[in-house]
Amino acid sequence: MTALLTIIVLILVGIAIWQMTKIFELSQIGRSNTQIATDTDNKYNGYLMVAFMIFLYGLTIFSFVKYSKTLLPKAASEHGGEYDALMLVSMLVIFFVQIITQFLLHFFAYKYKGKKGKKALFYADNDRLEFIWTIIPVIVLAGLILWGLYAWTNIMDINDDDDPLIIELYAQQFSWTARYAGEDNVLGDANVRMIDIDKANVLGVDNSDPNAMDDIIVKEVHLPVGRKVNFQIRSQDVLHSAYMPHFRAQMNCVPGMITHFSFTPTITTAEMRRDPMVVDKVSNINERRAERAALGEENSDPWEFDYVLLCNKICGKSHYNMQMKIIVETEEEFNEWLASQQRFGDSMAAK
Amino acid sequence: MSVTANAHVEGHSDDHGHHHKETFVTKYIFSQDHKMIAKQYLITGLFMGALGILMSILFRMQIAWPGESFGIFEAILGKWAPGGVMDADVYLALVTIHGTLMVFFLLTAGLSGTFSNLLIPLQIGARDMASGFLNMLSFWIFFLACIIMLCSLFVESGPAAAGWTVYPPLSALPMSQPGSGLGMTLWLVSMFFFIVQSLLGSLNYIVTVLNMRTKGMSMTRMPLTVWSFFVTAIIGVVSFPVLLSAALLLIMDRSFGTSFFLSDIFIQGEVLHYQGGSPVLYEHLFWFLGHPEVYIVILPAMGIVSEVLAVNARKPIFGYRAMIASILAIAFLSTIVWGHHMFVSGMNPFLGSVFTFTTLLIAIPSAVKAFNWITTLWKGNIQFNPAMLFSIGMVSTFISGGLTGIILGDSTLDINVHDTYFVVAHFHLVMGISALYGMFAGIYHWFPKMFGRMMNKNLGYVHFWVTAVCSYGVFFPMHFVGMAGVPRRYYENTAFPMFDDLADVQVLMTVFAIVAALVQLVFAFNFIKSMFYGVKATVNPWQATTLEWTTPVEHIHGNWPGAIPQVYRWPYDYSKTHDNGEYIIASQDYVPQNVPLFEGEEELEH
Ligand code: HEM
Ligand SMILES: [Cu+2]
Ligand SMILES: [Cu+2]
Repeated sequence: MTALLTIIVLILVGIAIWQMTKIFELSQIGRSNTQIATDTDNKYNGYLMVAFMIFLYGLTIFSFVKYSKTLLPKAASEHGGEYDALMLVSMLVIFFVQIITQFLLHFFAYKYKGKKGKKALFYADNDRLEFIWTIIPVIVLAGLILWGLYAWTNIMDINDDDDPLIIELYAQQFSWTARYAGEDNVLGDANVRMIDIDKANVLGVDNSDPNAMDDIIVKEVHLPVGRKVNFQIRSQDVLHSAYMPHFRAQMNCVPGMITHFSFTPTITTAEMRRDPMVVDKVSNINERRAERAALGEENSDPWEFDYVLLCNKICGKSHYNMQMKIIVETEEEFNEWLASQQRFGDSMAAK
Repeated sequence: MSVTANAHVEGHSDDHGHHHKETFVTKYIFSQDHKMIAKQYLITGLFMGALGILMSILFRMQIAWPGESFGIFEAILGKWAPGGVMDADVYLALVTIHGTLMVFFLLTAGLSGTFSNLLIPLQIGARDMASGFLNMLSFWIFFLACIIMLCSLFVESGPAAAGWTVYPPLSALPMSQPGSGLGMTLWLVSMFFFIVQSLLGSLNYIVTVLNMRTKGMSMTRMPLTVWSFFVTAIIGVVSFPVLLSAALLLIMDRSFGTSFFLSDIFIQGEVLHYQGGSPVLYEHLFWFLGHPEVYIVILPAMGIVSEVLAVNARKPIFGYRAMIASILAIAFLSTIVWGHHMFVSGMNPFLGSVFTFTTLLIAIPSAVKAFNWITTLWKGNIQFNPAMLFSIGMVSTFISGGLTGIILGDSTLDINVHDTYFVVAHFHLVMGISALYGMFAGIYHWFPKMFGRMMNKNLGYVHFWVTAVCSYGVFFPMHFVGMAGVPRRYYENTAFPMFDDLADVQVLMTVFAIVAALVQLVFAFNFIKSMFYGVKATVNPWQATTLEWTTPVEHIHGNWPGAIPQVYRWPYDYSKTHDNGEYIIASQDYVPQNVPLFEGEEELEH
């Protein structure tokens, strides 16, 4: 529908311009044909500049009205709150600048459209002006930088304070695996050279490392709300990126190297499902899915909100479908779930 | 300095009486004349760009209508679109080659190659490049790079598909994706030749600008176009060799079993022998070129826009010295910001802080440029020639795209938008579309100089306005897609129900993209038709001050039939008046650079 409308609008715009040029051309007959802009050209293009400015503002408003509700819901992690605040302030700054500069640009273009006999002002320099518009960006940017750097240092300061939960995220073409450190909260050593597919040791965990025995390997990440999590991230083949947009978290997975990220989840999955924005988004999406279901299309079951881990670094054919569910729950639920999982030592012994 | 320049001028003009006989081959094919080489670059670049745009339409259709069958897919992609449904590997290949063609072949070679070649000698008053032979060589090496890249489209396992950044291990291991086989080898070989041509070209530009300026053409009397081409060439010489080494090391890892970028890899059931290398090292090497590369793309566009704005506003460019200073500042800073592409690559977070700092620094000269352009319009007498429209459009998209750079350059904010469509939207506006507009501005403006004929202005107007609407139509909503968390380089988004509500936006963007692509046909038609049937150009159709408009419309080898004109003033004496308010030259609102100062006229200290 939107597609059709846009096509129609664009075709109409095209026809209008074409007709206008025809009129120009007709009115030009008999005059010299130099292909250099005339006063008439200047006039019409000046008006079009204003029209374009209105289009630009209109597109901005349209996009906000229509697409704001598709954006990510509020951050579900502790540092995410600060992230969102910084994002909001930066956005306000850039939209303020955008609106003003685009106005000046298009308005000047319209206002000073050329006419025979008009004189432009020979105005080559003004140190004061240039100083002003150097120093203002300097000050604004300095503020944003300082705030950003402060937040960055906090986010990237990955330490063992506050008894963090240690989890390994393991990437491979094209799936994720997670490994919990178990009771000792220390991950056993691992290396791709110790991978043994026959014994189902897919992460290459060191059999002989006592720390590894209580490790728990799973295909779904569960996190207790309010407890800091330190992720250790590995990849076995190519670059991947562990992207958890709801937590404002991302770190690349680099073969040959362990990378780190840390955050504290603050909202459980159940709570998030009740968040008004999420409720709205889900019902929106389910409406569409119902429509598709009615047409008998696949992949149209009703959807329930879940946090998710996506791959965000091109990694090959199924890059677009490399995901793992993340569930944030209460401490008790988490402990119960963890207790029901098989330990690495037991799974090896079973073989 | 001026002495040698002088000697050269005379020496050359002497031996210009006798003309070597030109054959078809020496005139049109193995030409050593900078004007012909410029045209060769232009046409080759435009051809590669057209292919790139066609590819973008194909993969945009796939994103908008995922899994749908299209006859056009089957027709163009053949066995890679069985039943008309695009294959996922091919999607990545199209994205990769699209990026490569656009950034390197269209906007590096096509833009800088064309206009540096055309304008440097003409605007500084030289008879040709320092070395016509090297110049010819660099074009033909470029041509070879094009041919190899085109061949890679036809190999059995498909062309390179690891993204235009070709990060290893994906690009290094043929078993990780089909495109990393022969296709990637050809990609690397093609880029090798591309880099060589870029270096040869750049060295030539630098030497020419430094040594061959005509009498009176001091550095601070050079048009901003020449300044920007000159600095672009310097950045190229500094950064392209680093890409060359990255490519060579990657070739070694691929073909000779070294481990520069690879370590601890288990793929398809077996452990590979690689040990001790680091993919992050590759990222550093790549982006040490990659970031300057975006300025290599945008600086020439900025130079062209500065020039076209001044000519058509009939005003001097505002803040000439500040413009030069900001070009230099951008050039310097552009070599120390590469890490902003790597905030979450696993490199030391402290480095991230440093790169945030340098990145936001580079926003300052960019902002100065934008403000200066806007002020140049103020109280002008604006002539809306198509080139002018594209220049104003460029300022608009450069601002829109540049502002989101403030988000991406901030390491904290980059965490959640890195590698999403937010990035794609940002760089298309600030680099892709802006540079493309700069290129169009250059083509419309200097077409009469290149082909001796004028392009049709009404077709130009249609071309501009539809393109302007559609570019924003594609790339403005795209920011929202990124903010919703959609990663780039996804073949389809249907695997995540949370992206279902973006289906409409995707369709909207694709429709705009298709219309944008179609309207480029208007340009193509105008370009080709005007080449042969356009209105004959006059010597100085835009009434500009710079030296290229003192040469005859018919090209001659050596550019000026007589002596090379001398330069007496800066290039922006538009609408300059005497104290009594009369133009310096009665009833003419501009004073060409080769007109001596009049009595009582002061040369302003710009
Ligand atoms: C009709 C105009 C264009 C459209 C519709 C378009 C569309 C796109 C889209 C949607 C992507 C992202 C694909 C993905 O990540 O999955 C992309 C990638 C890219 N485009 Fe364009 N583009 C256009 C013109 C340009 C221009 C003029 C440039 C010149 C700089 C350019 C350079 C790139 C680059 C460098 C990439 C990244 C390739 C990669 O990720 O490997 N594009 N384009
Ligand atoms: Cu992946
Ligand atoms: Cu960069």
